[in-house]
Amino acid sequence: MTLNAKIPEGPIEEKWTNHKNHLKLVSPANKRKFDIIVVGTGLAGASAAASLAELGYNVKVFCFQDSPRRAHSIAAQGGINAAKNYQNDGDSVWRLFYDTIKGGDYRAREANVYRLAELSVNIIDQAVAQGVPFAREYGGLLANRSFGGAQVSRTFYARGQTGQQLLLGAISAMNRQVDLGKVEVYPRHEMLDLVVVDGRARGIVTRNLLTGEIRSFSAHAVILATGGYGNVYYLSTNAKGSNATAIWRAYKRGAFFGNPCFSQIHPTCIPVSGHYQSKLTLMSESLRNDGRVWVPKKKGDRRPPNEIPEEERDYFLERKYPAFGNLVPRDVASRNIKEVCDEGRGVGPTGMAVYLDFSDAIKRLGRDVIEQRYGNLFEMYERITGENAYETPMRIYPAVHYIMGGLWVDYNLMTTIPGLFALGECNFSDHGANRLGASALMQGLADGYFIIPYTIGDYLAELGFEKVDAEHPAFKEAEKGVKEGIKRLLSINGQRTVDEIHRELGKVMWDYVGIVRSADGLNKALGMIRDLREEFWRNVKVVGSDEELNASLEKAGRVADFLELAELMAIDALHRNESCGCHFRVEYQTEEGEAKRDDEHFAYVAAWEYRGPDEPPRLHKEELSFEFVTPTQRSYK
Amino acid sequence: MDLTLKIWRQKDAQSEGRFVTYQVKDISPDMSFLEMLDVLNEDLIRKGEDPVAFDHDCREGICGACGLYINGRAHGPLKGTTTCQLHMRHFRDGDTIVIEPWRAAPFPVIKDLVVDRSALDRILRAGGYISVNTGSAPEANSIPVPKEAADEAFDAATCIGCGACVAACKNASAMLFVAAKVSHLALLPQGQVEKRQRVLRMVAQMDEEGFGNCTNTYACEAECPKEISVSHIARMNREYLAALLTSGK
Repeated sequence: MTLNAKIPEGPIEEKWTNHKNHLKLVSPANKRKFDIIVVGTGLAGASAAASLAELGYNVKVFCFQDSPRRAHSIAAQGGINAAKNYQNDGDSVWRLFYDTIKGGDYRAREANVYRLAELSVNIIDQAVAQGVPFAREYGGLLANRSFGGAQVSRTFYARGQTGQQLLLGAISAMNRQVDLGKVEVYPRHEMLDLVVVDGRARGIVTRNLLTGEIRSFSAHAVILATGGYGNVYYLSTNAKGSNATAIWRAYKRGAFFGNPCFSQIHPTCIPVSGHYQSKLTLMSESLRNDGRVWVPKKKGDRRPPNEIPEEERDYFLERKYPAFGNLVPRDVASRNIKEVCDEGRGVGPTGMAVYLDFSDAIKRLGRDVIEQRYGNLFEMYERITGENAYETPMRIYPAVHYIMGGLWVDYNLMTTIPGLFALGECNFSDHGANRLGASALMQGLADGYFIIPYTIGDYLAELGFEKVDAEHPAFKEAEKGVKEGIKRLLSINGQRTVDEIHRELGKVMWDYVGIVRSADGLNKALGMIRDLREEFWRNVKVVGSDEELNASLEKAGRVADFLELAELMAIDALHRNESCGCHFRVEYQTEEGEAKRDDEHFAYVAAWEYRGPDEPPRLHKEELSFEFVTPTQRSYK
Repeated sequence: MDLTLKIWRQKDAQSEGRFVTYQVKDISPDMSFLEMLDVLNEDLIRKGEDPVAFDHDCREGICGACGLYINGRAHGPLKGTTTCQLHMRHFRDGDTIVIEPWRAAPFPVIKDLVVDRSALDRILRAGGYISVNTGSAPEANSIPVPKEAADEAFDAATCIGCGACVAACKNASAMLFVAAKVSHLALLPQGQVEKRQRVLRMVAQMDEEGFGNCTNTYACEAECPKEISVSHIARMNREYLAALLTSGK
């Protein structure tokens, strides 16, 4: 099979318009004859469900949470980018496109990224009309702020809760369609398999998390909007329930997996405090505007920070990157923080943290100004750590935050399985090897509100009205497989809990498929992941039954899939013999220790094909051609 | 620290529940409350016993999934804090902690500490939105919104739908939850067109779900993890009255 990204011809600014003009349409009267399944109710899923139902399609929506409103988009803090140029500071669709493609270290598709930038402006209009209470100026117009990786002010925000407000807007649009009878919501349902009939996605198999009932749902098309798989690292800023199961089952049914090893590690999170740690909390990137990052010059210096004199401190980001200082991009900051901690210069009880110090800013601007800017973050920090960051420096450490990799999709957001679409973080499409701040919300909503409503029609128009019955043998076979998998998990009755094994997997991934990677480390990781998987299936302990609410069984199924996905991530990281964005291979660095891309050999999307449990996956390459921008070496010195 | 936990255990909605006492040891003051329960559950699983079921997801105070009644208070002793953001440093070695699910007739217990809050979603679906199709929105800056109105709307819109207001209220009233949505949309120009219909429908749905009436104890505001003000209830009452008077019903 050869990959066809279906990128439209023509100048970049006309591609999407031309494409829309040529997509096939389903007439208004015929739309009600089509059923569409949407899995996941974050920004991408909720916006898609609402928009498709508005068009007249019958939509069924599934989420594992007790309410669709709790999907993890809710937790996004900072904001959403849009090329409105309200600030008159020279922003444009072109600039947003350029910043995003450069920020992704030239590993994303130009046409997709341009379309994203183009649609960004419509998203803001839509959200405001829904009643999203964005920050405003005294004159009543919308306010903006700056974010990393950009020289213009184009980020729209609703205090530190932009994701919450945008999601509640999308959910309200979806709720309206529920009210009108066009959307049916199935909360506390987990998708456990994809059903493919004659090469087309025809439905899903779900487990009702309250009763354990395994049930099939048939449809004309299936949309996955299930988010990222940061939890493969056990500790991440993701919600505890975020998982890869839906996309992993789709992968095993034939959907190719794009760039699985591209995972973003955010530099400023609250450090781990002990072995019991269940998740990590992000501290907004904006803190690096006024906080200075430092560690003691001496190894193992255990003095409290206020007793370490100025000349014995190493402000290592300012020292190494005088031009950008503390505001270097996420990947660069994370790598340098890890480096100083590995040298034994980390601080705090575990030594796995650096200081983010506001004392100079407080001296310069006064405590009031700092409180106005970051009050809620300081409060959150104190709630979690019990420390007052106005008096003692914050301690921060990088944490897994976002996954750029995901199911491979073409320009229509369709996977390699016809009829299966992937939206938002669960596809690989727009962020290349590194995502810029305030771009995730933009992508989720662009996919759901403004792309899928057009592209799905093109598929359905050709498909015809006939639906495959949920009694079809393919559904029965999938149901049987799901039931057997559950029975197997419950029958092992070994010695180790799911969390113990998951924690161990997370450590392997963090150590070898994390901020810094090497061929030796990745080979070692592959062995460890396989051993751990073997141990899981021999020695895991899952209690309770499959006919009730059973969180330990749910977790076990998700971790079983993480144990397979982890291997694919390591394989992908091992094959990519270059450094780009978040993917830093020690063998490939410049003399100054920065990421060294190899455009000649690796300017492609790695799309992996599943070939069975005992076969290695097959690599397919989608070559990336840069017609409109010229890839350059990123420099922040 | 070592703690005694008295936890409500209930197999399902039909079964009778009871308190079960557990001991947990070596709890770190830096743990979150849910991490402390994770430790208990890991122990239970190792012993082959059924772990305690509780809802949780983001663990950063924004998804609204978690919600435990801790020592007689919704989300525990700390003001403006969800259960997942409550840390064990607020308890002392040797303490006994009583943990219950939300108690309200419209929130039936599903299992242990997990309750069914779908009534809240049904209220929002009864008109708790602005009718605007994708693609038909005007330019975002074409309608200025006074900053004060936008800020106040935000304060209301910050509701996480956890249900603590209902759990804290002696009448199991959902007035603060409903008012937060009514007020959020009524404060914005975009919400004006449907505001009468909206408040009438949402209040009717709230009553249908069996939530109690408001008797102004303000327990909801005191326990709301997002500290949403009861002034929104006053606004909703005004909106409701105005809608009733003009609807002709």
